[in-house]
Amino acid sequence: MSEDTHDHTHATHTHDGKPIQNDDRPPIEAETLETAVRELLIDKGVISAEEIHREIEMKDGKGPELGAKIVARAWVDKDFKTKLLTDGSSAVLDFGIDMRPTELCVVENTDEVHNMVVCTLCSCYPRAILGIPPAWYKRRDYRARAVREPRSILTEFGTVIPEHKQVRVHDSNADLRYLVLPQRPAGTENLNEEQLAELVPRDSMIGVSDIPS
Amino acid sequence: MDRRFKPGDNVRVIQRSQPGHVRTPMYVRGKVGVIERVVGSFPNPETLAYGQSGLPYKMLYRVNFMQKELWDDYEGKPDDSLEIEIYEHWLEAN
Repeated sequence: MSEDTHDHTHATHTHDGKPIQNDDRPPIEAETLETAVRELLIDKGVISAEEIHREIEMKDGKGPELGAKIVARAWVDKDFKTKLLTDGSSAVLDFGIDMRPTELCVVENTDEVHNMVVCTLCSCYPRAILGIPPAWYKRRDYRARAVREPRSILTEFGTVIPEHKQVRVHDSNADLRYLVLPQRPAGTENLNEEQLAELVPRDSMIGVSDIPS
Repeated sequence: MDRRFKPGDNVRVIQRSQPGHVRTPMYVRGKVGVIERVVGSFPNPETLAYGQSGLPYKMLYRVNFMQKELWDDYEGKPDDSLEIEIYEHWLEAN
């Protein structure tokens, strides 16, 4: 039977001759607990499946664009920048972001200091601003190496920090969440806030890259 | 809430073994740093994580360490540093 005329479904095999691998692992205890609590809450009418679905969709829908808007505002508005650096949580309320129960700490890249963020203990990340963290941010090798050999990691991201500049790593281990305020690139004096926001990639706000020039 | 330390104070992270949901990583224990800022008081994660109240609240600081203090064989530049949040009950004056 040729590949394009066969009339059966492929639940158990593929046509390159390998059986389909079922790579689902058994649930860990926390997953079983989550399922049990979720089903109980739905059964008792406390929340609905639709509400849970909408919340997940809303969280998944968040992306680094929000962070880019905050960075661009700080570049054009001096007072906002001062507020962002001294009381980040209050400053981002203007963007409809509620950081509670954590607090936002914004660290500024300058000619003297390059900041980068890691969470060695787990994967704390400013999700309310940048959305879901990239897979590498949660990997053990990034978490272990970022605090021990940050310049090597940065080089692997294509970011070479000059020798005279200090590299400052922020281990996001407790109640703060960190956002790096990258340096505004030269030659962008004529761009407006909206155009500036388009220049700001996610990784520059984690501190593993600069703004591409 | 009282605070034992202020920005600029030299502190040492207490070297102790403690099981559970501890937010002080091993690599800073016993190391000397400088208080960068007082963050404020927060529920104690060491009890909060187990369904308890987290009371009494603990004062939280950001502490700056020179990388050379953390790693004897640090390969970067001498000025490179690291900042991390440490609760007051993990700090002593140095």
